Amino acid sequence: MAAGRTKQIFLKNLGSDNPVFIQVLGICSTLAVTNVLKNTLVMCLGLVFVTALSNMSVSLLRKWIPSRVRMMVEVLIIASYVIIVDIVIQACLPDVSRQLGPYVGLIITNCIIMGRAEAFALSNPPLASLADGLAAGLGYSYVLLVIAFCRELLGSGTIWGIRVLGEWWVNWSIMVMAPGAFFMLAVFIWIVKGYLIPRDGPAKECCQ
Amino acid sequence: MTGVALFAVFFSAVFTNNILLTNYLGMCSFLGASKTVKTALGLGSAVVFVMACTSVLNWVVYHYILVPLDLVYLRFIVFIIVIAAFVQIVEMIIERLSEALYAALGIFLPLITVNCAILGASLFMIIRQYSLAASFVYGLGSGVGWAVAILAMAGIREKIAHSRIPHGLEGAGIALIVAGIMALAFMGFNGVLNLN
Repeated sequence: MAAGRTKQIFLKNLGSDNPVFIQVLGICSTLAVTNVLKNTLVMCLGLVFVTALSNMSVSLLRKWIPSRVRMMVEVLIIASYVIIVDIVIQACLPDVSRQLGPYVGLIITNCIIMGRAEAFALSNPPLASLADGLAAGLGYSYVLLVIAFCRELLGSGTIWGIRVLGEWWVNWSIMVMAPGAFFMLAVFIWIVKGYLIPRDGPAKECCQ
Repeated sequence: MTGVALFAVFFSAVFTNNILLTNYLGMCSFLGASKTVKTALGLGSAVVFVMACTSVLNWVVYHYILVPLDLVYLRFIVFIIVIAAFVQIVEMIIERLSEALYAALGIFLPLITVNCAILGASLFMIIRQYSLAASFVYGLGSGVGWAVAILAMAGIREKIAHSRIPHGLEGAGIALIVAGIMALAFMGFNGVLNLN
């Protein structure tokens, strides 16, 4: 696999074809886990692991998967990796596991993973698929980390649980609640699409 | 469980803990299929039906198969298989029974397998340790809550379809802001019913 191709795959997933703010996929967990930075990081690591490895596995099996049942096979592959992630998080970080609740299991239905398997892994060799899965996972992760940073800072005045804003700071409690997540993501999309990415026709729409 | 407690579960699933607006589940199809009221109604009713049935099925599978066999860690894989199989069977039955119903719901059913709200409802029901009856009511209520949210959203999006929206906010951006305002409105239901 040429180095230029890998670079292109990464650039595309991190920028012009980012799963979160351009394709608007995987929004559930983007919103749900971003109120505390630590949980977000754990979730992101889990997702990168699952996306990269499931993409590679689907690609390895692509010649043997009958096309009629391919969705089912993909879901089963993804679910197996998610179980590994869930067990590891439960064993190593029981507190985080409790706070994340069902959202670790819901990585299975995260449309980014399914989307990459369908759009990339089924027609590309394993190594390129691994790179693509990794890139998609990272493209998702950095957006989540930025959002989580803002939400935790504004909502609780802390970063990674450490208080950084002084006593004068009044917490915007709305930021850690549901509406704050929607507004934060909308503002993020607004800034990126409106100012950072050149205008190129109508925005692409989501999904599944 | 008494009738009042069951009603409380239903009410909280629809309003105070709306699965979409407070737990953010099913956002992808929420943003993707909320352009017209007709589509939203079709998808909404399919979700209500599938969610109510799969919650019950998954409850039975979890408590009578997974727990006795000590296979709880396999729940993700088993739940998703149950959901996918159920959706497939319903699709085939509807296709045979009614042409009109298939035209209305048929295209939405495959989308539902990957709708995270369905799997989410089953996982929440296990975490919150509901009884069988409560699980049914919870699944039904979550479905209704999801349908209410997507219908309201579709109504609003039809109204703003021709409004002038800043370039960066077109599409997903404005939909998220509308969802945020709706979530604010639904927070008003907090405390109407005191649970637990």
